[in-house]
Amino acid sequence: MIYQAGSKESNDCLITIKKSNETKIHIDSIVGHLFYDQILQAVKETLDDQLVDHVEVTVEDKGALDYTIRARLIVAIRRMKNDV
Amino acid sequence: MLNALGRDIPSHLKPFVNSDDYKNHKRRLISKKIKQSKTVFLSSYKEAFDMFNIKDNQTLSFHHHLRNGDLVIREVCKLIKEKNIKGLHFAPSSIFPSYTEMIDLIMNENITNIHTNYLNGGVAKVISQGHLVGQLIMNTHGGRARVIESGDLGIDVAFIACPSVDKFGNGSGAIGKNACGSLGYAIPDLEYAKKVVLVTDHLVEELKEYQLSSEYVDAVLVVDSIGDAKGIVSGTTEITKDPIGLKIAKDCSILLDKLGLIKEGFSMQTGAGKTSLAVVSYVEKIMKERNIVGRFASGGITKAYVDMLEGGLFKKLYDVQCFDLDAVKSFNKNTNHLPMSSSEYGNPFEKDIIANDLDFVVLGATEIDLDFNVNVTTDILGNLIGGSGGHSDIAHGADVTIVISPLIKSRIPIIKENVTAITTPGQDVDIFITERGIAINPMRKDLIHKLKDSNINIFTMEELLNKTHSITGIPAKIKKDDRIIGHIEYRDGTVIDVLRKVHDDYIR
Repeated sequence: MIYQAGSKESNDCLITIKKSNETKIHIDSIVGHLFYDQILQAVKETLDDQLVDHVEVTVEDKGALDYTIRARLIVAIRRMKNDV
Repeated sequence: MLNALGRDIPSHLKPFVNSDDYKNHKRRLISKKIKQSKTVFLSSYKEAFDMFNIKDNQTLSFHHHLRNGDLVIREVCKLIKEKNIKGLHFAPSSIFPSYTEMIDLIMNENITNIHTNYLNGGVAKVISQGHLVGQLIMNTHGGRARVIESGDLGIDVAFIACPSVDKFGNGSGAIGKNACGSLGYAIPDLEYAKKVVLVTDHLVEELKEYQLSSEYVDAVLVVDSIGDAKGIVSGTTEITKDPIGLKIAKDCSILLDKLGLIKEGFSMQTGAGKTSLAVVSYVEKIMKERNIVGRFASGGITKAYVDMLEGGLFKKLYDVQCFDLDAVKSFNKNTNHLPMSSSEYGNPFEKDIIANDLDFVVLGATEIDLDFNVNVTTDILGNLIGGSGGHSDIAHGADVTIVISPLIKSRIPIIKENVTAITTPGQDVDIFITERGIAINPMRKDLIHKLKDSNINIFTMEELLNKTHSITGIPAKIKKDDRIIGHIEYRDGTVIDVLRKVHDDYIR
C-alpha cells in the first residue's frame, strides 16, 4: 500500500510513503538545485521525530517551505499507521 | 573590465557608467531612409525576398504587436528555412513562445545573432542553453529606438505586420480583422531600415488616420492572414485573488497616497499583471472618492485604463502597444487615446519623452538585490525568461519608481545579495514593496523623510533578506558557465551586464 498527503500545486508538495526493507528518500523538486539538502534534512528529521523507519518516501516538490514538507509527511505517516 | 555596478564586461564593449550618463553624450542619427520609387504591391513572401534580394548575413527586423498571434515572423522563418539562408541577424522587438520556427533556424545557424527587448518560450530556452552561435543583445524599448536611429543596428529589411494598409501604402493598427491598436515599436524600423515592407491582410482605399506613413514604405505585401487577433492579448484582465498580491497592492496604494502622489493632474504607468491591476483598482477608488483627475496614464494599455479614460479619471492615454482587445477598440474610437512611438516613449536621446513625464511607475521584479538592482531578464539559474521591455526606461524617467513582489516565490527568495543579471540599475529603483514590509532606497532621503511618521513597515533591504532566509533557508550557490552568450545593453548603449549560458548541471 502507498499513502499520500499534499498536492502538486505551487508552494506545496506531494508526499508518498510506503513500507520498505530499508529507508529510502527520493526528492524531485523544482528548487532542488537550491534547496535539496534542506528538503532532505526536513524529511529525515521528521521521520526521526515520528519514530518511523523502513519506509520509502517520495517528495514531489513545487517549492514548499520546510513546515509544509514536515506537515505533509506527518499526515502521510499517520495515514500509513492508521491503516495498520 | 568592471562596469560601475561591478559587473565584468568584455573589453570591446562600453561599460555602464550610470543612468544619467547619456546626458554627457550627443544623439547620433543616421539619415532617415528615402524611398526610391512608388510603393510596390506584392502577393507572396517569395516575391518580397526576391525584390529585396534577402541573402546570407543580413539583418531583418520585426515588431511584436501581434505577440503570440503573429504569423508574419513565422512565415518569414519558414521561407528562410526553405531557402536555407545563413548567418542572419534577427531584430524582433520581442520574441514570444509561438515563434517556434525560430528555434530550428537558431539550431541550424540560419539565425546567428539576435537583438531583442524581451523573450520567452522555446527560443529563450535554446539560447539560454547556448545554441545561438553569435550573440544575444537585449535592449530596452527606448534603447531599441536609439540603437536603430544611431545606425549601430543597421536593418536591411523590416517586415512590419500591419493590420490595415491603404492603396498609397499608409498603415494603421487601429482597424482590420487583426487590429492590434498602436504600432509604436515599429516606428524606428519604418524610418531607418534600408527597405521596408508592410505585411497586411486588410487593404483599404484610403486611411484617414495612420501611424505608418507611406513615405518610408517600399512594398506592401498582401497575404491571407497576418495573425490571430486572439493571440495578441497579453497579461490579464482579472484582478488578483491571491491574498499576498492583494496585500501588496493595498500597501502600494496606501504608500502612494501617503507620498501625495495621487493628486490632481498626476501621471502613472503600471504593468499588466494581476497584482498591478489590483494597484490600479485601488488607485481608481481613491481618485473617485476625492474627485481627482489624472493627466495621463501610459504604457502597454489595458482595459482597466480604458475604463478610467472613458470614466473621465484620466485626460489622456499614451499607448505604445495595446495589451488587450478593449484597448484596441478604444485606440480606434477615443481621440484622447493617443499613439506613441518607442522613441517618444523611452529613447534617452529623444526630447520630452513620456517616460520622463511620469510621476510614478509600479514595476515587477524576478530578483532585486541589496543595491536595489533589478533583474527581469533571467531566473536564478540564468535561464532567459523576459527582458527589460520598458522597465529600465520608465524606472529612470519616473519621479518615483516602485517595484512590487512577494518576498518568496515557490521557496525562491526574490531578494539576493547580487542579482543573477542586472536589467535595471538600483539608482533608478526607489521603493520595494513586499507582503512583509517595504524597503526604501537610502539614496531617496526625501521619500524616507516623508514617511518617517507613518505607520508603514519600513525595513532595510538587508533586514528583508534576513527575514526571507529565516523562512526559506539559504539557497545553494549557483554554478556559472564561462561562456558568454550575449549581454544586456542599457538604454544609452552601454553594457549593464553580460548573459551567460546556463550551466550544464541545470540543463535537463
